[in-house]
Amino acid sequence: MTGTREIIARCESLFEDLDFGYAREWKAAQAGRKVVGYMPFYVPRELIHGSGALPLGVLGGGDQLEVIQGDAYYQSYICRIPRSTIELALSGRLDCVDAMLFPSICDVIRNLSGMWKILFPKVRSFYFDLPQNFRDEVGGAFYIHELEELRGVLAELRGRGIGDEEIRASIALYNENRRLVRAVYGLRSREPWKAPSSEVYLLMRAGMILAVEEHNRLLRQYIEASQSEERPRRDNARVVVVGAFCEQPPLNLLKSIELSGCYIVDDDFMLVNRWERGDVPEDGDPVQALALSYLHNSGDTSAKYEPDQSKKGLYLVEAVKTSGAEGVIMAMPSFCDPALLERPMLQSVLSAHGIPYIAFKYAENSGQMQPIREQAGTFADSIKLWSEQ
Amino acid sequence: MSAVKEAVKDASMQKQKEMIAGNYERLATAKETGTKVVSTFVPGNLNELIMCFDMVNNLPEINAIQNGMRKKTGALILEAEKRGHSEDVCTYVKADLGMLAKGNLGPDGRPLPDPDLLLLSYTGCFTFMKWFELLRHQFGCETAMLHVPYEGDGSFSANMRDYVVRQLKEEVIPKLERVSGVKFDIDRLRQYLKESARAEEDLVWVLQSSKHKPSPIDAYFGGTYYIGPIFTAFRGTADAGEFYRLLRQEIAERIAKKEGPVTPDGEIHEERYRLVVEGPPNWTSFRDFWKMFYDEGAIVVASTYTKVGGVYDLGFRHDPEHPLESLAEYCAGCYTNRNLPSRIDLIETYIRDYDADGLLINSIKSCNSFSAGQLLVLREIERRTGKPAAFIESDLVDPRYFSPSNIRTRLESYLQMIEQKRSTAAAAA
Ligand code: SF4
Ligand code: SF4
Repeated sequence: MTGTREIIARCESLFEDLDFGYAREWKAAQAGRKVVGYMPFYVPRELIHGSGALPLGVLGGGDQLEVIQGDAYYQSYICRIPRSTIELALSGRLDCVDAMLFPSICDVIRNLSGMWKILFPKVRSFYFDLPQNFRDEVGGAFYIHELEELRGVLAELRGRGIGDEEIRASIALYNENRRLVRAVYGLRSREPWKAPSSEVYLLMRAGMILAVEEHNRLLRQYIEASQSEERPRRDNARVVVVGAFCEQPPLNLLKSIELSGCYIVDDDFMLVNRWERGDVPEDGDPVQALALSYLHNSGDTSAKYEPDQSKKGLYLVEAVKTSGAEGVIMAMPSFCDPALLERPMLQSVLSAHGIPYIAFKYAENSGQMQPIREQAGTFADSIKLWSEQ
Repeated sequence: MSAVKEAVKDASMQKQKEMIAGNYERLATAKETGTKVVSTFVPGNLNELIMCFDMVNNLPEINAIQNGMRKKTGALILEAEKRGHSEDVCTYVKADLGMLAKGNLGPDGRPLPDPDLLLLSYTGCFTFMKWFELLRHQFGCETAMLHVPYEGDGSFSANMRDYVVRQLKEEVIPKLERVSGVKFDIDRLRQYLKESARAEEDLVWVLQSSKHKPSPIDAYFGGTYYIGPIFTAFRGTADAGEFYRLLRQEIAERIAKKEGPVTPDGEIHEERYRLVVEGPPNWTSFRDFWKMFYDEGAIVVASTYTKVGGVYDLGFRHDPEHPLESLAEYCAGCYTNRNLPSRIDLIETYIRDYDADGLLINSIKSCNSFSAGQLLVLREIERRTGKPAAFIESDLVDPRYFSPSNIRTRLESYLQMIEQKRSTAAAAA
């Protein structure tokens, strides 16, 4: 049996490979293969996979990439992820990507879709608008059209149409993927010492790169391996991390949170991995199935409108309850309007429910972890003190 | 200036002043008069529709601008930050929330009424949604969301149009009816739209008058004043129609007399530079900012900011024959709802059509919607037109981000660049 160490080593090398070697090899293995990049927070990967292409999550350059050209495209008061993403592309690291999808998350990603059209005219840049109206005949009708348009773009890319059967098969694979992802999250929230967050993070990041079939295998192996390995259990505070749904925190930040005495038992790092809360129906019209799942059975985040005021922010309270967390760490990228404007509303909901929290900002290339470690450490201590009283 | 010109200018200016004061009066007395209040944004503003329900329109951005010009926003922003709002986020939002925290006194010093409806026209900016969620959190009132899809591929598809129209029919209008108690009358809407289209015709004429040499207007600083009625609570009213008629007359006279733009310090006599400007202005030091330009004889002949509430110069007019479809098209076509390549194309056209010397970008810290991608806009415009472009940075209503010396230096060296370009061209000719 493969051990967790081996599995995570594989994930780590995928994570560190800023040249996307896996995607290149995958593409080269068979003539005509396409790679379709996508940005946070959500795209229907089933359609990409159904077209035979490899969906490739592009989440910026992290703290390992030296951004040289990217800075010339962005003012200092704009977050890091667009500049490092541009850097990845300008330096040729993304030249295996045939199309890029930019979902509607914020004005920065939105404008990046247009920049892509100008800077990389050979790559099909597609802005993917998600509905903010959740009625079937209104937002649903619009969204089905959007999905069909995307299906058309992907069909054009591969040179022939995408059959319903192909999409249904992909839905089944991604359903399995989401079940496994949820199983890993469940495992971590039950026995966080057996699935440290830095490992879970790398495992989830691997899902941004690997073909879903391979990611499913890896997830299964990890679940099995982590169950059978004994690891020291610490008296850590259990926290949910929220706000990192787009620009990713450096891995060291997660390690620092853990080292400071916190178990992360839930997070919103890569929402696309478990956006749908349950299985997407595998029968019937697959595009409609995807649309209805988005409308009625998907997650919540800042970029998605909450029509019911009384429910605003409750997704976080729910995450705290289901994961058995004792507090929340709001870790949000500097200059991120969606995260930082959501923050006061989340804070007020948390206060109303008596859930303690702390907040800080980061950048994907933050190097100084000491202040975060101290802040998280004090938070963990106060939670423990609080629970003892 | 002749007495006649003064009178005409005064007439339009006076008119706008009265209109703004009238709207704040309606807001201040809304509770007494039983008038229902709707808060909504400038881009994608559905003023004609709101009027169909006898509601009064309160625009948070305009309050922030008015407060900014009165130099009140610095303290309001600090108040919001003290209450936990991040220093990184849009300062319009913080100026508004700070104003609420300090008793919700409007720019005229009188209390603004709580809104009965938050009408979120979600056009061209993601921050709008967060802003309205924060306001809803505060007021707990009814909210109607109108999601206007972004023109990512550079056009407004039938699917997008149908989506917006369906939302208008099934979400927005029923809520307006419920809150106001007034039944929707589509013929009333047509009537207002007819009035809008007439005024829009005059507005376009005014904005395009800067193709003349010398330009009779400044299309950025002066432009903010010309767009006022149409972008805010007056589009569709007879008052707005009259304002634009007066304005057009005044400018026609200036053209006939070959007069330059009027500034707070009087008329500009020598037009030395013709610029296109991208991005909103700074409001807290608006007059100082403008002065830096007119002191140098730099006239803005076209600007993108005067298109945030509608790009009418590309031909769009509200259409009484297709009222709801036309509102949908209007919302989608606002400047920041157009993709970056379309924005660049528009600027390029401006440089050529208005015979401008170059492009100046005022990059606003607050506004990702405008700012993200502007450095590419700058490069592209330079590449396509061969005209020099320059970049300055400031903020909308946060005085901490307006550095007069930096901006003046940048502007001066930019104007020198234009001079150099001219002498090189002259030498080559
Ligand atoms: S980090 Fe925030 S502001 Fe930056 S691109 Fe992502 S969502 Fe947008
Ligand atoms: S981000 Fe820009 S467009 Fe959006 S509310 Fe702020 S100033 Fe207005």
